[in-house]
Order: sequence, then structure tokens, then C-alpha cells
Amino acid sequence: MLRTIDWTIMIVYFVFVLGIGAVLKRYVKTSTDFFLAGRSIPAWVAGLAFLSANLGAQEVIGMGASGAKYGISTSHFYWIGAIPAMVFVGVFMMPFYYGSRARSVPEYLRLRFDEKTRGLNAVSFAIMTLFSSGISMYAMAKLIQILHIFDSPFAWLGLPQAWIFHFSLVISALVVLGYILLGGLTSAIYNEVVQFFLIVAGFLPLVWLGLKNIGGWQGLKANLDPSYTHSWLGMSNPHTNRLGVEWFGLTMGLGFVLSFGYWCTDFLVIQRAMAANSMNSARCTPLIAAFPKMLFPLLVILPGLIAIALPTQNLAHLAGATTTIQGQAEGRGLIPAKMSASGQPIRDKDGTIELDYDLATPNMLLHYFPTGILGLGLTALLASFMSGMAGNVTAFNTVWTYDIYQSYINKKASDEHYLWMGRMATIFGIALSVATAYMATRFNNIMDMLQLVFAFVNAPLFATFLLGMFWKRTTGHGAFTGLLGGTMAAALHHALTLPQGGVPGVKGGWIATMHVYPSEMAQNFWTAIYAWTTCFVVTIVVSLLTRAHEEKGLVGLVYSLTERPTQHGLRWYQRPAVLAVVVLAATALLNIVFR
Amino acid sequence: MGLDIRLPIGFLFTIFGVLLIAFGALSDKAIYARSLGININLEWGVVMLLFGALMLFLGRRGTKV
Repeated sequence: MLRTIDWTIMIVYFVFVLGIGAVLKRYVKTSTDFFLAGRSIPAWVAGLAFLSANLGAQEVIGMGASGAKYGISTSHFYWIGAIPAMVFVGVFMMPFYYGSRARSVPEYLRLRFDEKTRGLNAVSFAIMTLFSSGISMYAMAKLIQILHIFDSPFAWLGLPQAWIFHFSLVISALVVLGYILLGGLTSAIYNEVVQFFLIVAGFLPLVWLGLKNIGGWQGLKANLDPSYTHSWLGMSNPHTNRLGVEWFGLTMGLGFVLSFGYWCTDFLVIQRAMAANSMNSARCTPLIAAFPKMLFPLLVILPGLIAIALPTQNLAHLAGATTTIQGQAEGRGLIPAKMSASGQPIRDKDGTIELDYDLATPNMLLHYFPTGILGLGLTALLASFMSGMAGNVTAFNTVWTYDIYQSYINKKASDEHYLWMGRMATIFGIALSVATAYMATRFNNIMDMLQLVFAFVNAPLFATFLLGMFWKRTTGHGAFTGLLGGTMAAALHHALTLPQGGVPGVKGGWIATMHVYPSEMAQNFWTAIYAWTTCFVVTIVVSLLTRAHEEKGLVGLVYSLTERPTQHGLRWYQRPAVLAVVVLAATALLNIVFR
Repeated sequence: MGLDIRLPIGFLFTIFGVLLIAFGALSDKAIYARSLGININLEWGVVMLLFGALMLFLGRRGTKV
């Protein structure tokens, strides 16, 4: 299927990725250069990296899959579930992150609260990043296998096809390792920007061809049930929309708790803004990222929608008979049915055939792209996996070195030592990610459980940051007990509820079933809402019962005790407040257009 | 940082553009049945080349952003 031209494009890309690292190597002299890019990144570069670091496996494949499954309502994950939080972190929170000179999000917690709150956040975050980069690698190796990308070179070299999975894992790990070891965060950020442009270059022609084929947006509407092409239709009741959530759960659970918890507190993205070259650049970073983020649904969700709207067809004859994706006959559009080991399509309990939605976007690439641009499209896909992985690895090595190693293991080493430790952390971080990826192949249940535990830990986080930054009375004891309480509330809520049709276990209800949600998504959103509320209340109560921090220690860390950053001498397009208003207005407009 | 990011992006897109244009011009027209009869390699190659050239121009000029 792939020819010399496709391989050339892929190889040129990998040479560039490593080349950027090699060129940047001579600029890495101190640990700040390695972990924070010397705080020298211009706003637009940091902004695109901010966006790209989050563009992992979930984004390109997952959003295409959700597009095919839920329709255009998937864009709520962008317009409700990202933009408002990105605006908030830029306008209101960045002055404290950047202004406090904290080198990481856990370090901010140390400055604002105390050691135990930092420790809790640092350790859970470190484990989580390794886990996500492992999952990302696993998904990528699996995809390479399914798409038969390396089949012909392996056949040519006489190597067993079973090695393709291992080869894909190792090669992606080595490339990411190579460029981070060389250039540290700068290298990761630069590559993320390249990856951003590459993803746009790879997917824009796909969307263009797909829309042209189906007759544009009107053609999509004509070929699909209205529930696919309206994002707000039937949102008053969870049973009348494809997501299975009602508007309150959606806006509070996704739009407030989960989205603010991720975009405003996750060091993976915040690190990109902390690397910016000035306070104003740091504040503009998430705002600049919000513009492309707002339009990304068109790039990543539309391929899924087009894939499900096309007439059901057999791909095999198109892809030169080299794609032997099973289950096409029972599939829909370009999306095949999920197949059991015995070669039968898998059905749910109503007897409906389950579709393998994750193949929506990859099949679109195979369907529309001839050799040549196919190499570009696949390279873009690989780039998206690697940017997600690299984001996790750079966040991990920083938190490990500053917040775990320097804080608890070796407090008084030289800067060269910490720089060396950062490089070591990159190596063992990637090694552990590979181990996680192999764990995912063997123990799917463990992975589901871990993911659940992380969700419990993350859900309450934003309440802690909100109170910490905007209420000076919040204390360390309050924050710590609030976090624990919120996590327990999440676990308890999950233990007492089930999604419709779920069996007690990893889906919930492991103590008793007191409430049944119409969908897993609704259950997740409400778990988050309960966790956040509990954390919020417990933090306030415990803070009032414990001794307040001295005010002079909180200057630069809390809103009421910090000078507002000035906007004098800035052009209108450099002002965070102006960018914020434009982004929010444009997002509202998109919601109206696609209602 | 010493390296202007627009330069590597410019080089990469220029190379990709040239590769796609060359392949698009030489390739058998039959492979474009899939892309609705459009020589997508040639057309998208031109777009990528233009973008690459623009990035190189901006990076070389070294305008402050």
C-alpha cells in the first residue's frame, strides 16, 4: 500500500524531529533551560505547543470516533469543555502560576499551601503522566499494526509480522527519548509546533475531499439523522440526544468541573505557558491556543461524521487489496463492525452490531488519500501520538526532578546534578511508559481500574486551586483534607451508581446501586460534580477551623494580595482581556451556527 | 532561544511540497480515482510549498513576534 514516496515523507519527518533536538542541544546549559525552556518561548509558539501537547491519541482518533458515534455534539468537548477553561486560566490564573516563579504546578501548591498538598499532587501526577504516555504508545503501536503500515518492509526483510507491535513501540519511544534528551522542553515545544502544522496539513485535505464527496454540510445533513448534525438538539433530556446527558450535567460536569480541572491545573499544559518569555506571553498562551482549538472540531470530528454518512462499502478493493480490515460487510459507512476472535461481529444485548468507531478516521485516510499524500496523512497521525507522549514525558521529568527528587530525596545538589537527573528521569520515564504499554496488552481490567482511580483523584482538583487563588483564608490543612474528601466522594458516588445496562464492577455500583444514569458519560459528569462540591465544602470548613496563613507569605499567590498585571503599552491584540472576549464571542457564534 | 522555529517548519514544508508536486506530476492519473479525480498530491503540494516558503521568508527576516 505504501510506496517509496510515502516512506520518504515519513523518514524526512523523523530526521527533522531529531534534527531540531540536535540543533537545540547547545542551548541547554542549566536545569531551567531543560525543564522550562529557559523561560524564553514567544507567546504564539507556547500557545501552539499548549494546544499540541493535548493533541494526543485521544484527540485525533478518539474525536473522530466520537464524531461518528455522537455526531457534532462531540464539539461540546471543545466549545463547552475547553474554551471557557482556557480563557479562565489565561486571564485569571496565569498571573499566579507565572508570577510566583513556581517551576511546576505542584510547586505552586507548596508555595501556597504546604508540603503535604504538594506531595499528594506531585506523586499522583507523576504516576498519571507515565500511565497516559504508556496508553498513548500502546494505541499507536496497535494502530500501526491494524493499518499494516510496516507489513511490507517487514515482509521484505523477512521478519515475523508479530514483531511490528514491538518495533512500533520501541521506535516511537526512541524518537521521543532522543529529542527530549537533546533539547529538553524547548525541543518538545518546537516539535509540538511542527506537529501542529503537520496535523493541519494532513487533515485539512481529508476534510476537504470528504465534504466535497458528500456534498458539503448540507450533504451531511441530508444523509444523517438530525441528532448527528445538531449539537444542542434534545439536550433538555438525556434520552433525546446522542450523548445521553442533559444540559446541566454537560455544562457543570464537563464544562465546569472536568474542563477547568484539566486546563487550569494540569501541569502538562501549564508547563508550556510557564516556559513563555514574559508574564503577558504566559497569559496569552492559552488564549492563543483557544483560537485553533475552537476550530479543531472541523478537522478531527468531521472525518468521523463523514465516515458514518457515506454509503456502506467495501474498502478492500480501494486500498489495493492490502487492507484486510475485518467486519466491513456488517459495518456502516467506512466503519467496520467489531469482530470477535471467532470472526463473528460483536453484538450488544439488544442485538445491534457494535461498530469499531476508532477506525473511522484511519479508514477515511485510506479511503481518500492516494499514495503520496497518504504518507503525509499517516505521518500526521504518528505526529499526533508523539506530541501527546512527549508532553507527558516532559511534564513527568520536571515534576519528578523538582517536586519529588529535589524535595524529598536530595535537597542540596548542584544545578548540573538536577539537569543530569532530568535526563535520567526522561530515560526511566520512557522505560516505564513502555512497561505500561505492555501492561495494557495483557491486563485490560487493571488499566480500566487505574483510569478510574485517576478520575477520582483529578475531579476535585479545581476546587482546591480556585479557593487557593481567590480566597486568602484557605489553609494547607483545608486544601489537603478537601482533596482527600473530594476523591473519596468521587469513589463513593461511583460505588453507588451505574450507567444504564452496566453490570456492577468497574462501571460502578460496587457497593450498591442507588441510581442508574442514562449513560456512562452522565455518570462520569455527575461523579465529577459530587467530587468537586465535596472538596469545595470540606476545604472551606477545615480552613475556617485551622489557623490562617500569614498574609505577607501569600503575596503573589492569592488574588486579593497581588498587584494586577498591567496592560499598558500593549497593542490591542496582545491584551489578554481583548483576546478573551473575541474567543468567547466566536465560540458562542459556533454554538449558534451548529445548534 | 537561538533557533527561530519558523525556519525548521519552513524547510520541512518546502521539502514536503516539492516531494508532493514532483510525485503528483509524474504519477499515474489512475491513482486519483480515490481522491475524486483530483490530483491531490500536486494541488496540496503547491499549498505546502507556498506555506513553507512563507515561513522561511518570515524566519529569515527574523521579525520579532
